[in-house]
Amino acid sequence: MAQAPKFIGAPIKRRDDPRLIQGLAHYVDDFNPPGTLHMALARSPYGKANIRSVDVSKAAVAEGVVAVYTYEETKGIGPVPVGGLVPDAKVPVQPILADKQVLFAGEPVVAVIAETRYGASDAAALVEIDYEPLDAVVDLEAALEPGSPKVHDDYESNEAFVWGIAGGDVEAGLKEADVIVKEKMTNARVAPLALEPRGVLAHYLPGEDKMTLWTSTQVPHKVRTLVAGQIGMPENRMRVIAPEVGGGFGSKLNIYREEALAAFVTRELGVPIKWVESRSENFLTTIHGRGQVGEIEMGLKNDGTITAFRYNVLADCGAYYQLLTVAIFTLTGLMLPGPYKIANIEMNATGVFTNKVATDAYRGAGRPEATYILERMMDIAAVELGMDPVEIRRKNFPDKSEFPFSTSAGLSYDSGDYHLALDRALEAADYPAMRAEQEEARKDGRYLGIGFSTYVEICGMGPSAALGGQGWESARVRVEPTGKATVFSGASPHGQGQQTSFAQIVADGLGIDANDVTVVHGDTDVVPYGVGTFGSRGTVVGGSAVVYARDKVRAKMAKFAAMEFEADANDIEFEDGRVFVRSAPEKSAGFADVAMMAYSAIALPEDTEPGLEETHFFEPSNFTFPFGTHIVLTEVDPETGDVEILRYVAVDDVGNMINPLLVHGQIHGGIAQGTGQALEEEMLYGEGGQPLNASFMHYALPKANRLPRFELLHTTTPTDVNPLGAKGVGEAGTIGSTPAVVNAVIDALSPFGITHIDMPLRPERVWRAIAEKRA
Amino acid sequence: MIPASFDYVRPQSLEDALAQLGEHGDDARVLAGGHSLLPVMKARLADPGVLVDIAGIDGLSGISESEDGITIGAMTTHAEIEASASVQGRCRSLAEAAAAIGDVQVRNRGTLGGSLAHADPAADYPAVILAANAEITVAGADGERVIAADDFFTGTYETALGAGEIITSVRIRASAARGSSAYLKAAQQASGFAVCGVAARIALDADGAVERIRVGVTGVAESAYRATSVEDALTGAAPSAESIRKAAATAGEGVDALDDFYAGADFRRHLAGVYAARAIGKAWIRAAGE
Ligand SMILES: Cc1cc2nc3c(=O)[nH]c(=O)nc-3n(C[C@H](O)[C@H](O)[C@H](O)COP(=O)(O)OP(=O)(O)OC[C@H]3O[C@@H](n4cnc5c(N)ncnc54)[C@H](O)[C@@H]3O)c2cc1C
Repeated sequence: MAQAPKFIGAPIKRRDDPRLIQGLAHYVDDFNPPGTLHMALARSPYGKANIRSVDVSKAAVAEGVVAVYTYEETKGIGPVPVGGLVPDAKVPVQPILADKQVLFAGEPVVAVIAETRYGASDAAALVEIDYEPLDAVVDLEAALEPGSPKVHDDYESNEAFVWGIAGGDVEAGLKEADVIVKEKMTNARVAPLALEPRGVLAHYLPGEDKMTLWTSTQVPHKVRTLVAGQIGMPENRMRVIAPEVGGGFGSKLNIYREEALAAFVTRELGVPIKWVESRSENFLTTIHGRGQVGEIEMGLKNDGTITAFRYNVLADCGAYYQLLTVAIFTLTGLMLPGPYKIANIEMNATGVFTNKVATDAYRGAGRPEATYILERMMDIAAVELGMDPVEIRRKNFPDKSEFPFSTSAGLSYDSGDYHLALDRALEAADYPAMRAEQEEARKDGRYLGIGFSTYVEICGMGPSAALGGQGWESARVRVEPTGKATVFSGASPHGQGQQTSFAQIVADGLGIDANDVTVVHGDTDVVPYGVGTFGSRGTVVGGSAVVYARDKVRAKMAKFAAMEFEADANDIEFEDGRVFVRSAPEKSAGFADVAMMAYSAIALPEDTEPGLEETHFFEPSNFTFPFGTHIVLTEVDPETGDVEILRYVAVDDVGNMINPLLVHGQIHGGIAQGTGQALEEEMLYGEGGQPLNASFMHYALPKANRLPRFELLHTTTPTDVNPLGAKGVGEAGTIGSTPAVVNAVIDALSPFGITHIDMPLRPERVWRAIAEKRA
Repeated sequence: MIPASFDYVRPQSLEDALAQLGEHGDDARVLAGGHSLLPVMKARLADPGVLVDIAGIDGLSGISESEDGITIGAMTTHAEIEASASVQGRCRSLAEAAAAIGDVQVRNRGTLGGSLAHADPAADYPAVILAANAEITVAGADGERVIAADDFFTGTYETALGAGEIITSVRIRASAARGSSAYLKAAQQASGFAVCGVAARIALDADGAVERIRVGVTGVAESAYRATSVEDALTGAAPSAESIRKAAATAGEGVDALDDFYAGADFRRHLAGVYAARAIGKAWIRAAGE
């Protein structure tokens, strides 16, 4: 591209917003083909119970009920698909409807199909299930004690898997250390809670032997391949459509029971079957995130140099795995060294079955856990060594000249300048003034705290070999005869805004207006086979595929233009809707005129087919590693335990930004979400395995009125892993924010001698920690 | 979630509504803003056969001012109370409590009468109703009666309201010449309900001594209560920040406090003391200044 980019890098507003804001978007629940029947599920109220009997006689004759399904009728459906395993993991089979036992509260037992949604719900309430409640497994540590009740009767224990990663020699590193700091920390189990719950509409046409499955997913092609497999249908007779998807955060990077169930039932009944999750079901049956309790040991020299870092952790799997349950914990291990030069690292993870819904990918997926424990430990070590939290971090950063930087966890960080991001943040926050303010406030009996998080994360998932397959992404770009361009992306964005950013990418390469580019995704009959949107890969991998497909189309158009102008194809330029010869600009045609040449095909350049449509499957050579520094100023009210965030300064380096407005949107949401984990969020269970706070009346999400105006800055260190130089931004905010907020609270409480409190830092916890120290 | 099916009636007069309630007995429930009743029905914790919507009845809504006080119709919304200059002027704590309820949507639909009848132990109004010594007028098959605030809240979700009775209005006397009030709360982060809410209403004499003080506490115990030990300790003397702090510390003492995952009993008792001090302090400064 000779021309300076016009659209790439511009803060263009999201195209999605007008329809989203006006309620004009179409989610699964907005599609109502004539004759649609509704599905409701009778679900277990117990964490674990034997099913003595199931009586559907009353439900079956309830008004409007068309069919009732139990385990017996549905046992032919394949179990819920599971991937991303580690060697020797125990893999329980997750049935579609429970048979003899239920293993978590919310597990479905009976499906009722009725004419209306209300009727289906009423009838599901009439299903009589005779349960024998059993002891449930809730606590991770207790679960591994001898004599603990078991989740799975046919396994010896609740141990699901054992996995470790080691680099260097931690024992030697600890011996070398002047000080060793230890702490036990929890990353509580939290609920992703996408604004739109899950939903599925399955419509089988017997005459055509074709099924359309609308589902709220991040991975439509995976759903097609796997659900078709579960119900024994050739995948090319199934079309999966992810219409507007109202957020996923990883929770919709999964194949759920209801998808296969609806697909199975529509094939039996030949009419559309719809199921839309209620918020209560969302809390109970959509995956949760995090769920780690571990002990950390860290060795340091007196000058702050880290000599060793060890994390022995219990990982909460839930009763069954979902698609990537086990893999998520391994990401924690890979990112254990964070942005520091730590020669010796070790993580020993034990997966634990519990009578709860599965954990799986939740925004950040394994990396926030690693960043949290590491950044907390950095602060604990700084206190121990009497160092400033800034200095201890600086001490351990690799220099920018050391990139690509190889870590002891076996990764190669593509590019980075960690000192620069930290400098920018310190400057923006005016760190010395912040410390002075803190000191002044303390004199007045006010408790201000400053928290840091210097993070690096692994993004742009990723090389196929490193992911155990399917790390690429696809795109097709078509220039239409009228000169409009259409992008067909295999990525399946669900709120990230690629309908705008992909248009920017194509517009620049073809010298046309971004408004002339339409972006299509989320329909397996229309777009090339794709992988999906997760792991901050949408732009990094999916956008790169768009770049290459665009360039192929451009090269082809250049051939037509070269033929027309009797010029060399390499001498053809695209700018402002014109195609012309660079060395003879008077030889020029409209972009649409050249497009039409390719479709009319009256004359064809040598070895060239008609049409302008090119596909590219982009395989990245490495992950990308965005990084940054977040600085948070909090005030804690020691009488009430209330935490207020006064300032939030974030410097994020996500490489080149295609659209800074979208980048900011992602960081805003990410910071908010990470703050939620720090201060408010935690799924709680009673002894019987019933959730105690599975509703928005009990489970707090961060609200705007609890957050300050974010001060967002950037450094830009491009990557050479992809042609855009972009690193990905979907998860950075979440990863950076949680430890920064907690560190700020602990810093505020340092006069009390408090060095750690487990998340979430709800008022009561903060108050108790202070009360304990005062006692 | 989805409620069980029910019938819906919308009477146009109080007589008609009372008749409907009489006819259906236990199977009927009054529907006001629906912001407590519908969530309970959606969770299928209640399944009334008939909802008697009282929104169509004239005269149940609105705020009227008289020389010595204000009368607020049962169907007046939280938003109307929050924005009312009369309420702000005559009983500031009530406006503050209204403003502290849930979110905008809840305040636009939820009503004073509904909140009082529901008697959620974590609702905001009950603290103010007690502190302001309000009078609650109810209508029943046998006509009208007035219930004093102190007699109204009898337990968790329990009130002195009889079967088939409808709250029609609430009367609050205006603050004294040198008097004011304040309401402060610790909100549960998810629901916004009070983990602890304290309303203080104070009247000072010409010398600045406390002539009358009433302190209502909500969210802490099974039902809102008056912190009489605090009231007694402060009555008769000129307050100071220190005397308020000392007296207020007893606001939660000996209370059989609620205990859940969000806030244990000891934390709630502690908060009662903290918020009592802050609310009384605020009311006092206002009273002394006004
Ligand atoms: C998300 C959310 C957050 C909330 N947060 C708070 C909060 O922070 N603080 C707070 O105090 N409240 C809160 N509420 C509750 C809210 O204030 C309700 O509006 C109020 O409690 C009930 O009023 P309503 O008009 O909606 O009553 P409804 O729900 O219609 O009725 C409630 C009960 O009162 C009965 N009833 C209603 N009106 C009368 C009447 N005139 N006479 C006799 N009986 C009657 C009904 O039969 C029913 O049993 C919240 C509610 C929601 C949904």
